[in-house]
Amino acid sequence: MATETPKTVLINPVFKNNPIALQVLGVCSALAVTTSMSVALVMTFAVIFVTAFSNLSVSLIRNHIPTSIRIIVQMTIIASLVILVDQVLKAFAYDISRQLSVFVGLIITNCIVMGRAEAYAMKNGPGMSFMDGIGNGLGYGMVLLVVGFFRELFGAGSLFGIQILELSKDGGWYVANGMMLLPPSAFFIIGLMIWAIRSWYPEQNEVPEFKITHNTKPGEAM
Amino acid sequence: MSKSNDSIKKTLTVAFLLCLVCSVIVSGAAVALKPLQVANQEHDRRTNILVAAGLIQPREATRERVNAEFDKIQVKVVDLRTGQYVDHINPNEFDQLRAAAEPATSERLAVDPAGIRRLEHYGLVYLVGDVDNPDRIIIPVRGSGLWSTLYGFLALEGDGSTIAGLGFYQHAETPGLGGEVDNANWKAQWPGKRVFAEDSMQPRLGLASNPDPDHQVDTLAGATLTARGVTNLLQFWTGERGYGPFLAKFRQGV
Repeated sequence: MATETPKTVLINPVFKNNPIALQVLGVCSALAVTTSMSVALVMTFAVIFVTAFSNLSVSLIRNHIPTSIRIIVQMTIIASLVILVDQVLKAFAYDISRQLSVFVGLIITNCIVMGRAEAYAMKNGPGMSFMDGIGNGLGYGMVLLVVGFFRELFGAGSLFGIQILELSKDGGWYVANGMMLLPPSAFFIIGLMIWAIRSWYPEQNEVPEFKITHNTKPGEAM
Repeated sequence: MSKSNDSIKKTLTVAFLLCLVCSVIVSGAAVALKPLQVANQEHDRRTNILVAAGLIQPREATRERVNAEFDKIQVKVVDLRTGQYVDHINPNEFDQLRAAAEPATSERLAVDPAGIRRLEHYGLVYLVGDVDNPDRIIIPVRGSGLWSTLYGFLALEGDGSTIAGLGFYQHAETPGLGGEVDNANWKAQWPGKRVFAEDSMQPRLGLASNPDPDHQVDTLAGATLTARGVTNLLQFWTGERGYGPFLAKFRQGV
């Protein structure tokens, strides 16, 4: 841990230690809010804001938090920040907040936020915790934006609502892939991303917990 | 970490101070942003009505444009059982969906083709132009599709039968199949169709694979249940339990 600098804390979660790809946290909301790029982008900012400031606040008072109620203290801080984000979105980005609907509120239960508060901010200073929060938010957002890119481009033929591929229903050549707009497609894309990232960083591959033995041969079973 | 953090006194103090700070932040934000949020909801509702009625395109729905168009619209409350206007309810404060949920202002439907379960006693209508001789009559419609309840508006010409436009502002039907109720090309088939045949109170409009050119439009390919739901909800809301009695007044006038 001696080698940690603000820069590595910020950059590492994006690829090397990505909360979705390596730790497989926060997948639920990643399925729901990635049908279009603009929604994914707003969700990214919302999560960066919440992880950064929850880490900062938890870190600031970490020496005063009684261990018996530390989870509740973290939850209260996170919940307050999430409500704040939700209120601001409703006031300034009403259309997007309607598309995000419950998923802004569900940032509270996003394991990434809670995980960073408990695992990092409780043990590190405010500055580093803040950077760690931004980094993990970025890692989450990176996955969201990549998934959103493929889903919107192939599902609706557009990016950020701007038509790129002319749809056949409007007289163009591209037949939209409806499955891309349904949640299962996000599973496939996230799965492929995890594969790609782990091929790039082979050290992320977990050692199998047990080995599957060969099938019993007919002769042995007799 | 000192041991004193875990004393009961310290625990209660930390919990109390944290709650105090958080509640001040949350309630402060909620109170300060309330006017903006209310304005957004109102803008959204007005835009939905205007877009569904075909009076405005979604991309030109700026705040000035929407308010200017909406000023031409008169909002009235109608007793759905008699089709008469009622004056004792302020239409600007009346929430039709809430009324449908309250037992005092609604009833459970025994025959429920639209799948809405409870029908309210009073409904809103939006009249464009003169109240007695309107250019357009816009009524809210809703009903079950395959996955979700579809919420929309049906706009009629002043004769109470010719369709001017139909649009849904909220639904969760399958993208690409039932979700094609939002397709502009499909919606463009509606204007000019008629809800009723001459001298009949029975709504004829709907979706069909072999549409009757006066009343029906092409169905949605691959979305049998959504199409059936849309047909049912349109016939319900223009029928005798819905706005049928109200629309009849305008049809006699022609």
